[in-house]
Amino acid sequence: MSNRKHLTEAQRRTTPTIVRPYGDTTGDGMIQVSFTLPLPHDKRAEGAALQLARKMGMDPALVVHAKPIGPDFTFFVVYGSSNHLVDLSQVTVQERDYPLLTPYEVNAAIRERFGRKLVVVGACIGTDAHTVGIDAILNIKGFAGEKGLEYYTELDVVNLGAQVLVPDLVRAARSEHADAVLISQVVTQKDAHIHNTTHMTAAFREAYPAGAVPLLVAGGPRFEEGSEARLGVDRIFGRGTTPGDVASYLVHALVQRSTRKDHHDQHA
Amino acid sequence: MDRARLLAAQAGEPVVTLARSHTTVSVERATLRLAGLAGADHDGEPWVNHLVDAVRRQVGLEHGVALPVWDALSGGQARDLLTLAQRAAAGSASFRLPTGQDRASAGAAAAGAIGAGISRIDAQRRRREGLIAELGDAPRTPWIYLIVATGDIDEDIPQAQAAAREGADVIAVIRSTGQSLLDYVPEGATHEGFAGTYATQENFRLMRAALDETSRELGRYVRLTNYASGLCMPEIAALAGLERLDMMLNDSMYGILFRDINPIRTFVDQRFSRQIHARAGIIINTGEDNYLTTADAVDAAHTVTVSQLLNEYFAKEAGLADWQLGLGHAFEIDPAVPQSFRLELAHALLARTLFPDAPLKWMPPTKHMTGDVFRGYLLDGFFNLAGALTGQGILLVGMMTEAVVTPFLSDRDLALQNVRYVLDAAGGLAEDFAPPRDGFIQTRARHVLDEAVDLLERITQQPAGLAPQGGGTAYPPLLAAIAEGTFGLMKRPPDRGKGLEGVVQRAEGEHGYLNPAIDLLEATAEGQRA
Repeated sequence: MSNRKHLTEAQRRTTPTIVRPYGDTTGDGMIQVSFTLPLPHDKRAEGAALQLARKMGMDPALVVHAKPIGPDFTFFVVYGSSNHLVDLSQVTVQERDYPLLTPYEVNAAIRERFGRKLVVVGACIGTDAHTVGIDAILNIKGFAGEKGLEYYTELDVVNLGAQVLVPDLVRAARSEHADAVLISQVVTQKDAHIHNTTHMTAAFREAYPAGAVPLLVAGGPRFEEGSEARLGVDRIFGRGTTPGDVASYLVHALVQRSTRKDHHDQHA
Repeated sequence: MDRARLLAAQAGEPVVTLARSHTTVSVERATLRLAGLAGADHDGEPWVNHLVDAVRRQVGLEHGVALPVWDALSGGQARDLLTLAQRAAAGSASFRLPTGQDRASAGAAAAGAIGAGISRIDAQRRRREGLIAELGDAPRTPWIYLIVATGDIDEDIPQAQAAAREGADVIAVIRSTGQSLLDYVPEGATHEGFAGTYATQENFRLMRAALDETSRELGRYVRLTNYASGLCMPEIAALAGLERLDMMLNDSMYGILFRDINPIRTFVDQRFSRQIHARAGIIINTGEDNYLTTADAVDAAHTVTVSQLLNEYFAKEAGLADWQLGLGHAFEIDPAVPQSFRLELAHALLARTLFPDAPLKWMPPTKHMTGDVFRGYLLDGFFNLAGALTGQGILLVGMMTEAVVTPFLSDRDLALQNVRYVLDAAGGLAEDFAPPRDGFIQTRARHVLDEAVDLLERITQQPAGLAPQGGGTAYPPLLAAIAEGTFGLMKRPPDRGKGLEGVVQRAEGEHGYLNPAIDLLEATAEGQRA
């Protein structure tokens, strides 16, 4: 306890733990915000904007610009000093367990670590005909402004489409020498997504020698977070996942896997 | 320039021949929609799908859907198309291929029913022309094009009306993610979509009616845009014509390259949809901006030109006139590249010079919008200036919050202020702007055109008859080039891709394929070309 406090004080001497926004003078706390209120533009609306600014901790606050947007809305730009202090000792940062890479970095990492393209096989399995998820991740068109995995020059993408039977998926994965298999499940009636996924993982474990199963990834809006082990997959991705998330994860997981394998080979 | 056009025609012609010798399930469904068949069963499967599937199962689609369907109707199996489709869905309709006199009378009955649909499209075109004459048109060019996308038609309508009041001349309703891969058109008014609203006949009708109301209020005709792309391109085109949409996104290769839709399916569907657009007086918007979002905008500039030339060839062949060609391009050069704005001007001017009578569609920066909204606002200002300076016809309004959030009300207002400032301050500058002979801009434009000609030469010299899977079929050189990955990064062989199972080779000869819609539309195209 005392040890920890001591450390904090030592830090305090070199870098401040309390900071305020910087306008043009240290400690002035100056910030700028803009927002729209659903009010016609008049004095009352400007007063309302000032009240909001004060409640956000801006004091003094100055409405420097107010402009009507149609008859029912007003747009404001407000400058002011924020009376909040930032305590750096209380800042916690949650890191994802793999680094987010750009497509360029993904391609470079694959070239460097594998010296060949990685093969990704994707499908909607079972009766699920909703390819919106798998297509958002795989099609070059992509999702949320990010290009799909087809865009990555070092990824060889085979999209089998909808209503793929598990034996067909396993066969395709084997013939394409898949490094990773992505399945998408949108329909959740009677837990179809759970049954389909466990059926799929069992089939892969049966068809491949131990330790040679491709990386198995499941995606869909209704999978429970942290249920990877129960479903037998390496990773689950939920709503809002972008192609960049998936590509970064694939590189991270496959590099880890090949490193483990190298160690294993050295010891053997 | 003449050489580039000649090469584009050389590359396109065999593809047109291929399109003329095939049909697709969606072309046949569109034909039934023109004859007035609408609606869906309680699971949402449209009646046109039921009827086409039943005909295909029993007698195949090689002769088209019209002969067996109107033969069954005149044989007394049902009193109308809807009842016949319902019976077909229940498995109690039987179809045959009529011959002789039966074939002639089924064909005539089909032509009557389908002709009525085409007449409705003609009436909608006249209505548009009438409204423009009565209310007035957009006050200037470029037309200001704004996007609405909430997923719920009831939310879209007030947003679209507000956007029009704020100065938009054209409203585009973005479709739900993934609609392009549905092999049916959803029914009715829809309230949930993924990052967009489903294109349905009812949604089209509701939005057009709302904008008609706003057009009256504003004293200018506000245009409506949607997407004729994906697996149901011909059906969406038919619905657009019937419900008086004014512009449709419709690219010759976008679905193939970016959506992995089968190339033959795409070219067959595209020809039919463009014939409808031609008839309906709809302006098409092509999708060349997509090439620049996936490839470097300087290195790939010539692929835009090649695609514009191909789009022009296919469009004119289908009967579209120059004023209907909203050929696309985009402001996507990395701002860190020295002289990036001069390069943009060179590319935009090249398109303007190559297609002097087409209303070019000018797309704003997206790839280099970083989340720094202030810098983005400046970039959009330069985009607007380039548009004014090079006489673009349709200007899609850039948002400073591109890649950050769905635009706020204030983002849209600021974006429109940006456009208005530039057009008011510099709208006439195109008149004074003539880049010096052999200067930077002219030299760059010439270089891009040379590269485009080289690429077209490579495409036309692609050994014809190359079948990627070693089969016996000979494919046109353009399809071979697409299979080789000439465009973008994608290799799309003609025997792969989504929707392939919906492609059918037409039966030949006088006892062969019959589609009264195509016969009627061909006549329009002939007239246009003559």
